Amino acid sequence: MDDKPKRHLFDDPRNTKRAIFTLYGVCAVALLGDFFVLRHADHPWEALFGFYPLYGFGACVLLVLIAKQMRKVLMRKDDYYDD
Amino acid sequence: MTSAAPFLIFFLGAALTAVTRGTLRAIVLLAVPLAGALNLYALGEGIHLEAALFDYRLEIVRVDRLSLLFGYLFHLAAFIAILFSLRLRDTVQHVAGLLYAGSALGATFAGDLITLFVFWELLAITSVVLILARRTERANRVALRYLIIQVLSGVILLSGALVIAHETGSIEFGYIGLDGLGSWLIFLAFGIKCAFPFLHNWLTDAYPEATPTGTVFLSAFTTKVAVYALARAFPGTELLVYIGAAMTMFPIFFAVIENDLRRVLAYSMINQIGFMVCGIGIGTALAVNGAVAHAFNDVVFKSLLFMSMGAVLHRTGKIDGSALGGLYKSMPKTAALCIVGAASISAFPLFSGFVSKSMVMVAVLEEGHPIVWLALLFASAGVFHHAGIKIPFFTFFSHDSGIRCAEAPRNMLIAMGLAAIICVFNGSYPWVLYSMLPFPVDYAPYTAAHVLTQSQLLFFSALAFCWLKLSGLYPPELPGINIDAEWSYRKALPAVVRWALRIGGPARTSVVARAERRLEATFLQIYRHHGPSGLLARTLSTGSTALWVAVLLGLTLLMYYL
Repeated sequence: MDDKPKRHLFDDPRNTKRAIFTLYGVCAVALLGDFFVLRHADHPWEALFGFYPLYGFGACVLLVLIAKQMRKVLMRKDDYYDD
Repeated sequence: MTSAAPFLIFFLGAALTAVTRGTLRAIVLLAVPLAGALNLYALGEGIHLEAALFDYRLEIVRVDRLSLLFGYLFHLAAFIAILFSLRLRDTVQHVAGLLYAGSALGATFAGDLITLFVFWELLAITSVVLILARRTERANRVALRYLIIQVLSGVILLSGALVIAHETGSIEFGYIGLDGLGSWLIFLAFGIKCAFPFLHNWLTDAYPEATPTGTVFLSAFTTKVAVYALARAFPGTELLVYIGAAMTMFPIFFAVIENDLRRVLAYSMINQIGFMVCGIGIGTALAVNGAVAHAFNDVVFKSLLFMSMGAVLHRTGKIDGSALGGLYKSMPKTAALCIVGAASISAFPLFSGFVSKSMVMVAVLEEGHPIVWLALLFASAGVFHHAGIKIPFFTFFSHDSGIRCAEAPRNMLIAMGLAAIICVFNGSYPWVLYSMLPFPVDYAPYTAAHVLTQSQLLFFSALAFCWLKLSGLYPPELPGINIDAEWSYRKALPAVVRWALRIGGPARTSVVARAERRLEATFLQIYRHHGPSGLLARTLSTGSTALWVAVLLGLTLLMYYL
């Protein structure tokens, strides 16, 4: 490889910040979209304001928190099955 | 134009591959799926090869809309996997790969249960070679477990087929439905290969242990043959709706805490098959179309993801999330292609998962399963979380592992590029795929509401990941394994057997000793009469025999005169 270490995109913490703020912006726009798009809901829950964003956010947080607890019960060393 | 049985082209190609080397072999390898696809086009629908077995009629090659779609899919998958493995210097893997793909085609076009059984077992035998080809002690043990379970599935299938043949007098492979012992056995056999909950661990056990190229082959065929078989034999079976929902749900939890990234993909594979199984269980035209379309898309984006992880493993020799990170610096193209696969499996608008998964989701609501729908929606957010974010993030971004390697070889990049193009094409212009589905499609994926709601779901899932990561709540990637249902046969069963041997040891010794004494006495008795010096085994010389015969004849003559 090169002798001089090359600067890469995320070596600069400001770029990481920019990426995160872009995500916040996109989320805000997506949420506001609920005011503008008429939804023919197949189910009453779907028509609730912010149903999809809240459900997506909640599902992921729940998923990770439950999985973290599962680790306490399920996690073993790499050689667990090799007697 | 004359045409051949689809599997024969692959088997013949495998034979040619075994005797060729270098460029010539590369040409043979690439020509096989192309020639196969042309042949399939020429074949058209209908029954093309029949044979008789006793009173039964075997339909060895039967082509209809459903099998034709899977047939083309398997040719495409084989082509991509071959391209990915082109520079490999391993005859065994090339030959096994072609035989495996050929077996999948054989099973797809099987018109009767006996032919299906034969190719079902061939799938097991040919694919296990791709695991053994890793040539490690660990892979050998995994391969044995894999083979036992796969062959068992075949044996159960054959048992079911025989029961059905006995009851109905027909072995046709068509709609079966859950009714009677034979159908349940076949359902179970399909369920094993389809990775139903508790029957799923062969997949998460074996796929991450195969060679980098082997896993690409493996991910395309076995489970999708099972999905095809379910779609043919059990559409509209309500039980499948709940099995499918469970399959979408439980693997995502394991995927979040799993460290081996190819095992994460194996779990996410079960999650995706869950959507298909659910659609087949609903059984309406929209649902089955969705299931089949999703199977098509899944094969392509899942091989893209397995290829990107295979390329990483190939270049770095590592595949654990805890050991990787920052690879976008060394492998930017692989990273970009991996992200296309991640976007497709997460069902982002313009990517392939978007146009197929939603068909199943809508059908689930239309048929009145709101709870199942909520589960699928949860799983949709979850799949983005573990396959869409976790895979690319921990491999290519996250903390810099310090690994600096070369970009993936060109043939691998081309294979991944081809898969990525198909992902985007099917996602942006789904009509070609839709036109091949078993039922006419009356579904518009690109409505403003669908695009918006799916984007909201995904962006807020990403937001959740971001928040959990920044707040330190996100569990770190740790070396280690997580126990799953396989614990029952890898830990509990051996322990029970060892315990039984220990407890039963003295009793066993006395029984064995008594049996040995009895046997010994019997053998001694036999030896006494039939042994070398035994009366009944004694041989006489020819001369003395002739003399005794002469004496007997003389006596007979004397008696006659008297």
